Amino acid sequence: MSLVNIKIEGVSYQVEEGLTILEAARACGYDIPSLCAFNHGECNQGSCRVCLVEVTGARGLVASCVYPVNEGMDIHISTPKATEARRRSVELLLSNHNQNCQQCDKNGKCELLHVATLTGAREGAFAGVHSETHLDLLAPGLVRDTSKCILCGRCIARCSNAHGMGILGFENRGFRTFVSPAENRSFADSPCIQCGQCVNVCPTGALMEHSEIDKVDAAVKAGKHVVIQAAPAVRAALGEEFGYPVGTPVTGKMIAAMRRLGFERVYDVNFGADLTIMEEGTELLHRLSDGGVLPMITSCSPGWVNYAEYNYGDLLDHLSSCKSPHQMQGAVIKSYWAKQMGYAPEDVFVVSVMPCVAKKFERQREQLKVNGLDDVDAVITTRELARMIKRAGIMFNRLPDEEWDQDIMGDYSGAGVIFGVTGGVMEAALRTVYFKLTGKEYGKIVFEEVRGHDAGIREASIDIDGTTVSVAIASGMKSAKILLDEIREGKSKYQFIEIMGCPGGCINGGGQPYVRNCFLPNEDDNILDTYKEKRAKALYSEDERQVIRQSHNNPQIIELYDKYLGEPNSHKAHELLHTTYAAREGFND
Amino acid sequence: MIKLSNSSVLKIEEICDRYKDEPTPLMMILSDIQNEYGYIPLEVQELVSRRTGISVAEIYGVVTFYSFFSLTPKGKYVIGCCLGTACYVKGAQQVIDKFSEILEIKPGETTKDGLFTLDALRCIGACGIAPAVSISGTVYPKMSVDQVPKIINEYRSREAQA
Repeated sequence: MSLVNIKIEGVSYQVEEGLTILEAARACGYDIPSLCAFNHGECNQGSCRVCLVEVTGARGLVASCVYPVNEGMDIHISTPKATEARRRSVELLLSNHNQNCQQCDKNGKCELLHVATLTGAREGAFAGVHSETHLDLLAPGLVRDTSKCILCGRCIARCSNAHGMGILGFENRGFRTFVSPAENRSFADSPCIQCGQCVNVCPTGALMEHSEIDKVDAAVKAGKHVVIQAAPAVRAALGEEFGYPVGTPVTGKMIAAMRRLGFERVYDVNFGADLTIMEEGTELLHRLSDGGVLPMITSCSPGWVNYAEYNYGDLLDHLSSCKSPHQMQGAVIKSYWAKQMGYAPEDVFVVSVMPCVAKKFERQREQLKVNGLDDVDAVITTRELARMIKRAGIMFNRLPDEEWDQDIMGDYSGAGVIFGVTGGVMEAALRTVYFKLTGKEYGKIVFEEVRGHDAGIREASIDIDGTTVSVAIASGMKSAKILLDEIREGKSKYQFIEIMGCPGGCINGGGQPYVRNCFLPNEDDNILDTYKEKRAKALYSEDERQVIRQSHNNPQIIELYDKYLGEPNSHKAHELLHTTYAAREGFND
Repeated sequence: MIKLSNSSVLKIEEICDRYKDEPTPLMMILSDIQNEYGYIPLEVQELVSRRTGISVAEIYGVVTFYSFFSLTPKGKYVIGCCLGTACYVKGAQQVIDKFSEILEIKPGETTKDGLFTLDALRCIGACGIAPAVSISGTVYPKMSVDQVPKIINEYRSREAQA
C-alpha cells in the first residue's frame, strides 16, 4: 500500500493512496458532514454537496466524498468559505423537505437533522415551492414518503448491491425528480421483496418500516391476551438503541423490558426455531430417502420467499413447506397454549419482535392462516420495540436480567439461537439430521464450515456416517440467484440450501437498529464493515452458553410432540406448522 | 396490462441484441424502440429488463428523464413548441398556451382523437427564427399566437380529406 503526504488544516499526515478526502480526513480525526456517501463508496454520487471542503489550488470547492487525495494536497475544512457552503447545501436540501421532525420516527437517528445541527442551518433560508410528493402506505413492510427524501440514491445502490434487483430508481428529472419503483408504483405492486435493506441505509425518514405499534396498543386496550415473542437476532442488536457497544447481547434486559410493557407472556422464538428444525430436518430426511425434490431450500426468510415467488415460480417445490419459526410458534400459542389457558384462539393476540420488515408482509399471507386466524397478529421491528420501551419510560440500562416465561415454551437450544445469522439454520438442521441418521450426537457440536456473517455463497460437504450431504448457504438475492440458476439448469450438486434475504442473515435485517458512524462515536471507524460479525458473535456466544445445543434435545419440544403434535410431519403438525407457496407477477395491476 | 404480440416480442428482443456488445446499450435500445413503435410502455421495459439485466426502475428512470422517450402513444402529428431562451423571450409561452387552449390538452398530452400531441421542447437550435414550432418534422418559423388556429385547421382539414 503506498502512502501520500497531505495536509489538513495545515498539519501534515500520511494517508493511504486512493482514499477520498472524506475517508482520509476521518482517518486523521476529522469528521466532515456528509449525507449521500455511504461506506466506502457503496453510494458515492457527490450529489448532496454537504461535504464540501477547500483544497488549495483546486477550482472551487470540492465534494470530499468523491475527490481522491493526492500527493501534497492541502485541505481546509473549516475556512469561512467551506463552512458557509456546507451550511448552504444543507439549507437547500431542507428547502424541499417537509421538516416535520417532531412527528418523525427517524428523529434521533436522522442524518439530515444531524448535519443541519452540525452546519448551523437556518430556518427558512430558501423558502419557496416544494416539489410534488408521494406517499406509499400500501405495502405491509415499508413506507415511502418522498417529502422527506433528499435524492441521495443510497437506497437505489443498496437494492442493487444486496440483491441485484434495482427496485428503486430516480424518476423524471430536475425539480420533479423522485425515487420510486417503476411507474411510481407502491412497493406492494412491484417485485419488491420488502426486505427493508433500503430502509437501513436511508439517511432520513423517507423510507421506514410500516409501524404496527398502534395495532399492539389497540389489542392491549381491547383486553386481548397479548403474548409477545422475540426472534434470536433482536437480542444481538437491541442494546445498540440504548448505547451498548455493537454486538452486546441484551437478552435478560430485553425480557425484563417486554415484561414491564405488560405482555401476558414473554416467549423466545428460539422455541419456534427448534420446532422448525424438527419439522424441516424430518422433511429433509424424507426427501433424501423417498426421492423427493432436491435440493431442499429453507423457507424461514420471508424476503427470500417473496423473491422466489416473484422470480422462480418454477422452483417453488424446492422450498421447505415449513412455516417460519415465529409463525409456527404463533400457531402453537393459539392452539396448544390457548387450550391450556382456557382461552378462545380469537382472544389471543400474538406480537412478534423481528429484525425484519418482510415479516410484516409474511404474517398477512393467506396460506399461513389456521382456521381463518392469522398465526401472528402484529410484527414490530427491533427498532419499534426500542421505541415502545422508551415511550413507556422504562430505563432499559438499569433493568435486571430476567428469564423467559417457562410454562410451555421457555426452553430453547443453542441451535435455535443461531438462526439469526447466515448459516445458522443450516448448522442447527445438521446437528439434528446428524443425530437422526446416526443415532448419536455430532461430537464437535459446531459445524464451523457453514459459519459466516456476510453475503456471498458458502458450501460444504458433510460426512454423516458415510452419507455425504452437500450443502450451500447464500444470503442476499444476488448470491441466491447463482444457486437458483444452477438448479434451474439442472446443474445443482447440493441436497440442502439455506437462503436468507438479507446479506448476513437476520442480524442485518431491515428492522435492525441503524448503524451510522455519526451516531456511534465510541465504535471504530470501520463499524459498517464489522457490525455484522459483532452481532453474529453475540449469537454464537449465546449458543455456547446453552446446556442444550440441539433442537431435538429441547425437553419442551419433546413434550409438545408427546402431548400434542404426535411426531414431526404428522397430520397435526402439517395443519399447524406447514404452508404452501404460489408464483406471483411482479408488476401486477 | 398490454399483451405484447409475439412478433413485437421478437422485434424488441432483436433490438436489444443489436447492442449486446455495447458497454452502455440502454439509450440506443430505447431510442430504436421509440422510433419503431412511437412509445415505450412498462411491458416493453420489463422485456428489455429481462433481456439486458438492467432493472426496470433504471429503464423507467431513463425513459422519464428524456423527453424524447414517451410512455404513451403519441398523436399522428407531434407539435413541438420550442421554449428555449430565445423562443421564450419572443413569446413562445403564449404560442404553446394557445395550442393548449384550442386542443384542450396540456403539454405532454395527446388529444382524444389521437391526432395531436403537444410537446414543450428545450432549445432546438433554431434561435434565428424564434419562436419556432415543429410539427412532425415541418418547422414553422417566427410563430405568432394568431397563426395557431389556422395551422391547427390546416391539419384537421387535411385529415378530413384523407
